[in-house]
Amino acid sequence: MSEILETNKLTDREYKYGFISDIKPVAFPKGISEEVIALLSEIKGEPAFMKAWRLKAYKHWTGMKEPHWPNFTYGPIDYQAVTYYSAPEKKNKNKGPKSLEEVDDELIKTFERLGIPLSEQKRLTGVAVDAVFDSVSVATTHKEELAKHGVIFCSMSEAIQCHPDLVKKYLGSVVPYTDNFFAALNAAVFSDGSFCYIPKGVRCPLELSTYFRINAAESGQFERTLIVAEDDSYVSYLEGCTAPMRDKNQLHAAVVELVALNNAEIKYSTVQNWYSGDKDGKGGIYNFVTKRGKCLGHHSKISWTQVEAGAAITWKYPSVIMQGDHSVGEFYSVALTNNRMQADTGTKMIHIGKNTTSTIVSKGISTDYSNNNYRGLVKILPSADGARNFSQCDSMLVGNNCSANTFPYIEVKNNTAVLEHEASTSRINADQIFYLQSRGIDLEGAISLIINGFCKEVFKELPLEFSVEAVKLLEMKLEGSVG
Amino acid sequence: MLEIKNLHASINEIPILKGINLTINPGEVHAIMGPNGSGKSTLSKVIAGHPDYTVTEGRIEYEVNFKKVDLLELEPAERAREGLFLAFQYPVEIPGVSTSMFLRAAFNEICKHQGAEEMDPIDFDEYLKKKMKLLDMDEKFIGRAVNVDFSGGEKKRNEILQLAILNPRLAVLDETDSGLDIDSMRIVADGVNKLRRKDNAFLVITHYQRLLNYIVPDFVHILYDGKIIKSEGKELAMKVEEKGYDWLTGAKS
Repeated sequence: MSEILETNKLTDREYKYGFISDIKPVAFPKGISEEVIALLSEIKGEPAFMKAWRLKAYKHWTGMKEPHWPNFTYGPIDYQAVTYYSAPEKKNKNKGPKSLEEVDDELIKTFERLGIPLSEQKRLTGVAVDAVFDSVSVATTHKEELAKHGVIFCSMSEAIQCHPDLVKKYLGSVVPYTDNFFAALNAAVFSDGSFCYIPKGVRCPLELSTYFRINAAESGQFERTLIVAEDDSYVSYLEGCTAPMRDKNQLHAAVVELVALNNAEIKYSTVQNWYSGDKDGKGGIYNFVTKRGKCLGHHSKISWTQVEAGAAITWKYPSVIMQGDHSVGEFYSVALTNNRMQADTGTKMIHIGKNTTSTIVSKGISTDYSNNNYRGLVKILPSADGARNFSQCDSMLVGNNCSANTFPYIEVKNNTAVLEHEASTSRINADQIFYLQSRGIDLEGAISLIINGFCKEVFKELPLEFSVEAVKLLEMKLEGSVG
Repeated sequence: MLEIKNLHASINEIPILKGINLTINPGEVHAIMGPNGSGKSTLSKVIAGHPDYTVTEGRIEYEVNFKKVDLLELEPAERAREGLFLAFQYPVEIPGVSTSMFLRAAFNEICKHQGAEEMDPIDFDEYLKKKMKLLDMDEKFIGRAVNVDFSGGEKKRNEILQLAILNPRLAVLDETDSGLDIDSMRIVADGVNKLRRKDNAFLVITHYQRLLNYIVPDFVHILYDGKIIKSEGKELAMKVEEKGYDWLTGAKS
């Protein structure tokens, strides 16, 4: 604790990842069409099945409407004004950098400023990182060590070229392109992302992580991540995101698919800190993300842990389909909104197999003029004998101008199911702060303790370095809102 | 140690304290008594630095380790680090934060300020357990969230536990006896008595004389309408118990 209390002088609330890197992008002209998609597929040297899949997705997308049921408002998005592909210019014209020497120094510097050193000497121990800059993956660390264990961890582009059978088998198997508007768009134009494959019986020796960075102006980021855990395997995956401060909104529409086979476990953690716009709500990332895991095997487990602290708009419901008997789905979330941020986030827990168990713990913190919504579905299908769910949704309000809402949906088609739901709303109040201060703890430390306490059940699910990072991030966002 | 000079303070522009003068020396126990609404709790909060109160006149000088500071210039946390402690009349709940985590954070802040070594969690829990015995507190409190689901008596005991852990130079006890049954009060008072030393001091704020049978003060002050209207030895508390406050306040008006 004392370590957390000592960190950072939190004197301002500025977004410290808001810098712009001076990297010349190679970008497509704005807009989306069959030609753009064909060109994208060609540039990436994709096999024919990918191109065909993308085009089918595009065709489907053109017949779909943007969803407007979430509890937030925003101006219309002009999908023809978005740049769908933007990549840093390469040093040589080979496809994808093979070693770090080939990666632009400015890019390495960018990731170092973000706290993600990529070079061999400085790279993080115990964590393998895939660094995604705008539309492409620029480097993946620790690949050789992972290969020794048979673990595949590479960019999605590389996976499509080197492991087409695995990609063909699983891509779209959890989130088909017909799923929703943004998933269809993503399937058509996704440019990169991460691919992880954990072979049978392997406990992945490192934490795998992807760091997403949007740099180019007016470009969208459409990445796609696929994680497959074979029988009796385990993997812990982390995801981090930042973007520069720009006045115009930028679109981020990602898809993440997880597949867990018999007795496999996937733990997926996110710390999302996209630029959220200024205090008047100008600029920021529109974050429309589809994340879903499928517990395909019996006794498999998928666990989502997310700390959502950025983006002007968040539309995100990491879900678990519990198909295998005795499988387990978990969702632990902290969503913080400040300034004019709007979040509509939650989860879907779909029980299909027998004796499946799900847990939902959601902590929403809203401050300033922000709007923070939890939306969750627990669905028990007729086949799911003995299904259990526990849901807990807590909201904390800081100040008088913010709002928090909870929309829990429950559909039960099997009368052996047991469901529990708890909800609460509370406030950080001046008395709590004063009490802690009167014991020698300063304002920053007091906020940190209170937020830590409120989010404890979620933070304890995060890997240690990530939870320290998450606490710092929330403190920084809340500084100035309390008192 | 503490010198309050002509202290005036208000809340929402309503004057509450109207010229308090009080000097506390090391080794002394002072009691402040007075009817409801006389400003007793306000005085304790102003000393601790509660942001709702505005000091409109006067000063508080505080001397610790041979250095004199203007207490009103310090932030609440700085006051605590300089050895000031307030036992709250209504201790606040902090959900999700364990008593041990909270107290260690506070303890280490004070250690750091005073140039002492910080304690790691294992050593601290040992230290905490030792102090808990002093107050006859169950060890289960260590893991429980600060004041959450504590009974009134447990909350008050927890305040005195914090006092024992943080080892202040000047402790202000704001109606620590309110809501306590006789056994709890005796335990709390015993705890305080064990902490009395030549180099620390206590300011005990109470409505009733009862607590002062156990924590015997050197001086008793009667606060009425924002001013100290009478100061005497411990026998003053007995007189108040016998006659109430009317004879004092009546004499004044």
